[in-house]
Amino acid sequence: MGAIFRRELGSFFTSSIAYVFLGVFYLLSGWFFYSNTIAYGSSDMAGFFSMLFLVIVMLVPILTMKTFSEEKKQKTDQGLLTAPISLGAMVMGKYFAVLVMYIFGISIVLVHGVILSFFGTVDWTIVLSNYAALFLMGAACISIGMLISALTENQIVAAVVGMLALLLVYMLDLIAELIDNLISVDFITDALMAISFYNKYYEFTCGIFNLSSVLFYISVAVIFNFLTVRIFEKRRWS
Amino acid sequence: MIEVKELTKNYGDKQAVKGISFTVNDGEILGFLGPNGAGKSTTMNMLTGYISSTSGTAVINGVDILEDPIKAKANIGYLPEIPPLYVDMTVKSYLNFIYDLRKCKLPRKDHLLSICNLCKITNVKDRIIKHLSKGYKQRVGLAQALIGNPPVLILDEPTVGLDPSQMKEIRTLIKRLGKSHTVILSSHILSEIQQVCDRVIIINNGVVAADDTADNLSKKMSDDHRLIVRLEGDKDEILRKLKSLEGIKSVVADLEKESGVFEYEIEAMENVDLRRKISSAAQENGWPILLMKTTELTLEDIFLKITMGEGVDGLNKDDKGGNE
Repeated sequence: MGAIFRRELGSFFTSSIAYVFLGVFYLLSGWFFYSNTIAYGSSDMAGFFSMLFLVIVMLVPILTMKTFSEEKKQKTDQGLLTAPISLGAMVMGKYFAVLVMYIFGISIVLVHGVILSFFGTVDWTIVLSNYAALFLMGAACISIGMLISALTENQIVAAVVGMLALLLVYMLDLIAELIDNLISVDFITDALMAISFYNKYYEFTCGIFNLSSVLFYISVAVIFNFLTVRIFEKRRWS
Repeated sequence: MIEVKELTKNYGDKQAVKGISFTVNDGEILGFLGPNGAGKSTTMNMLTGYISSTSGTAVINGVDILEDPIKAKANIGYLPEIPPLYVDMTVKSYLNFIYDLRKCKLPRKDHLLSICNLCKITNVKDRIIKHLSKGYKQRVGLAQALIGNPPVLILDEPTVGLDPSQMKEIRTLIKRLGKSHTVILSSHILSEIQQVCDRVIIINNGVVAADDTADNLSKKMSDDHRLIVRLEGDKDEILRKLKSLEGIKSVVADLEKESGVFEYEIEAMENVDLRRKISSAAQENGWPILLMKTTELTLEDIFLKITMGEGVDGLNKDDKGGNE
């Protein structure tokens, strides 16, 4: 697992994906940070954090797109799958590499917090709770993006489908509302709200630390990584 | 040691490998021969655990590949048809990655250096793999398979894309490795198999069509009771006199090769050696013998015979004949 983790993390930098991801993430988060706080002379970062969700939806698939699709295309998966390691170790090695890359990205919000502290009082519990929310939600989104990458040989397809899937996840609230307005079947609305990423994330941005939300994101990550392992197992047996 | 029993692989309705069985002993180099799509790569992929078999077992050094894949895979060095190279990495960092991936315990620096020297890639070890020529990539692929010194090597067309002198080098290397490893090698270059391998398995349409040493195969397949003789003299007289010899089944005169010299294809009854009789007849009649040879099949002929569907029956008949 360690070898795969190190190679994967290194490949982000050799393939310049790391620079694109970090550059775009820092740029967009910087812009939203400026327009939501500095420009208003406010030290309330809640609005800024809810904007970041959309940035993540667009950028996480860039990180995950080539994790498995490229291996399959270049036939390097043959090397991994015939190496004396388990499928679980292979998937987790890659997963943690992407996660570390993602942490490099989101850690910029701590810098934003520091910048803000020069102009006013920053509520650090909210900043840290938001940081945790970004981390947890990203951890779940990455596992979804990697599953999609495992299903195709084409990076672009993996990226686009990944973005659509995460956009769908982002809009679960809206869809739930829409259904509620149209047919108002309670259990469908409830079910959609229960799996909504946004409302749990929003709670965090308001500074509410809800353990069930933490468990929700972790469960999503575990389930999707498990499904990715199953895909490789199925491919081997078919 | 590799033991394969009744290995089968179905892709949907299509049966790619239909119950292949064979054994490779320690220190033996086995050649896999077969036309494209015969099931060579599929068999190798099953042996290395890349894909599973539909039925049957493959046991590598006493470990079943499906029962304990991680332990079995630790015993195998595999060079697939397309070497699994991360082209963005340098040769050195790639080999280090494989070293870590295989959880190799040998001293890192010495081990990697000796492999680089063995595969002659020391001079390119700091270059990025995508900038290397096909021959070098192939050698890096081979180096990758050797890391951790696995007792079993499975090489799928290891000399593809190499120039003749590199091919020779790699063959010599494989031969050397064969002394201490169990090697399976696939190729459609027949001379390569003949040179390198102790034993040949010909796979056709997903079944083992022949399994023997290259020499035995050509013995079995060739009609050793057929002679080609070039004699100088009157064609009709020679034909008449030869036909009257005992033990001769048929004589056919071929083209006139030189003026007054014809080539005769002589078929003898089974288990009769005609060479002495013909030579003394030629002496008596004053026909100078300009050439005499038994028709011996090359591996190429055998391969074609078997894969074109002619030879399989013939082989089996021969086998039965031997047993009776």
